[in-house]
Amino acid sequence: MSALLEVRGLRTVFHTRAGEVWAVDGVDVEVRRGECLGIVGESGSGKSVTFASVMGLVRSPGRVAEGQILFEGRDLRALSLREMRAVRGKEIAMTMQDALTALNPALTVGEQIREALEAHDETLPARGQPRRAAIRAKSVEMLGLVGIPSAESRLRQYPHEFSGGMRQRIMIAIALACRPKLLIADEPTTALDVTIQAQVLELITDIRARLGMSVVLITHDLGVVAEHCDRVMVMYAGQVVESGPTAEVIATPRHPYTRGLLASIPRPGLRGQPIRPIEGQVPDLIGMAPQCRFYSRCPVRREACLAPVAMRPAGAGRSARCVLLDEVPA
Amino acid sequence: MVAAPPAADSIFRRNLASFMGNRLALASAVVVLLFVLMAIFAPLIAPQDPYETDLFRRLQPPAWVEGGEWGYLLGCDALGRDIFSRIIYGARISIFVGLTVIVLATGIGIIAGLASGYLRGWVDIIISRIVDILLGFPYLIFAIGLMAMMGPGLGNIILALAYKEWVIPARVVRGETLAVRELEYVEAARALGASPRHIMLKEILPNILSPVVVVSTIRMANVIILEASLSFLGLGVQPPTASWGSMVSDGRAFILEAWWVSTFPGLAILLLVLAINVASQGLRDAFDPRFHE
Repeated sequence: MSALLEVRGLRTVFHTRAGEVWAVDGVDVEVRRGECLGIVGESGSGKSVTFASVMGLVRSPGRVAEGQILFEGRDLRALSLREMRAVRGKEIAMTMQDALTALNPALTVGEQIREALEAHDETLPARGQPRRAAIRAKSVEMLGLVGIPSAESRLRQYPHEFSGGMRQRIMIAIALACRPKLLIADEPTTALDVTIQAQVLELITDIRARLGMSVVLITHDLGVVAEHCDRVMVMYAGQVVESGPTAEVIATPRHPYTRGLLASIPRPGLRGQPIRPIEGQVPDLIGMAPQCRFYSRCPVRREACLAPVAMRPAGAGRSARCVLLDEVPA
Repeated sequence: MVAAPPAADSIFRRNLASFMGNRLALASAVVVLLFVLMAIFAPLIAPQDPYETDLFRRLQPPAWVEGGEWGYLLGCDALGRDIFSRIIYGARISIFVGLTVIVLATGIGIIAGLASGYLRGWVDIIISRIVDILLGFPYLIFAIGLMAMMGPGLGNIILALAYKEWVIPARVVRGETLAVRELEYVEAARALGASPRHIMLKEILPNILSPVVVVSTIRMANVIILEASLSFLGLGVQPPTASWGSMVSDGRAFILEAWWVSTFPGLAILLLVLAINVASQGLRDAFDPRFHE
């Protein structure tokens, strides 16, 4: 499988009054065709900013400072604003974190799907009644695809008339309206309750298989990743700390942070034992020393960690950012 | 909390229903509507020709005062013209100027406000500076200055008022745009490749229209007063065209012996402006979620 999206050495900086914040600091991402890549990390780890950078959606005071973003071999950073708009929605679509606020309250659902289609779909008839009919048919088809019953009449309704799960589905329908090659789902389930979460994730997995697209699933839930993603990338404080095939990373985490994350998930096997959270706080990214960013919270830190730590190979298709890998070869 | 609104109900329609429930505002809206109808059908309603002078009826008092006549309900002015008919015709000027200025100003203000609020950068700096400068001028003095340069006349009144009036909707739109542009659905639209024009007109504008409509109606009352002021000062519509402001001015000299000449057009201004104000308060209560119980 060749890479659909390849990001190399991405650095995104936010200029704030307190100083420069490198929210994304040297991130490499590879998304292959048809796969689902999970991005895991806590709030502020840079997972959303990484993909906002890919989409060219980082706004002042933020700026993509360095790095290459190759989509099907094209450098997205070199595109003009107009060319980039043609990529957004058509080639790469993104769903926003909060389904409850990501739909425009003043427009009907049908209008919002129509807008996506009108922006990018060139297969539509040029104008008039055939065009309207085609848009309508496609809109109904999209709502059907995401499992919304009686789509025909629901197109005329406003977002506030739908439940949270329904709105998330509608957002996915809008994102998928132009059949993008890559869907970036930014915490698609945060605002939803557990059963609806499962349904929405099933839906994404199902559509991915049917449309043959790639999915990047941004989440802070390792359980979600374990179930739905082929590969996983763990981010911490603006850097990737570990990446590899999901099953292997979860079975044998190589980075102390990944280990900490896994240890802090309650599991039936650990009944009766206290949950072990990772001690300490995410470090302040302003004026960060060039050391391992997990140093202050790491249970196995040593002197070598005070120097910059690079990603190291850690077995087939895996890598991690930890000096321990040098001591205990994988 | 009121009962949940019925399905398939837009925010606009819900707000409209809430407005209809406010009796005072509704009554005021009806008064405004009557004035508008009066202006439109002036030739059918006016009992006399508003321009016909008759020196025998010079300063004839209102019908219920001794010497009055029921055909000349509110009496006559110094040239013997029927005041009631002139008020009816004068409504045309007030309402036409009020509406045209507000439509022009709101149109310009929406474009300027959206551009400066959404695009930011130098567009915002330039537009905001112009707005600040214009806000610094006293309104009437600004209008008098412009009228002095352009000369009197209906078209010039509209221009003179619109030149300054647009800054009010522009500021409202800019502020609302600044708040709405940060919302997720605007970001979502950007993520789907929407152009700035599309985002401004299709995503942001429908969501900020309510406050703009409310502010515009409130401002319309102001514009009507300003038109009357300019006409009062003789800078507005030229005689013999009937305008409430110039009618008040005409009666100034006889205010002691013939109070009706100034008083009735003054009352007309008062009634229309009051009705617009109360109706727009009702609109604000209905359309601003902060006033919902």
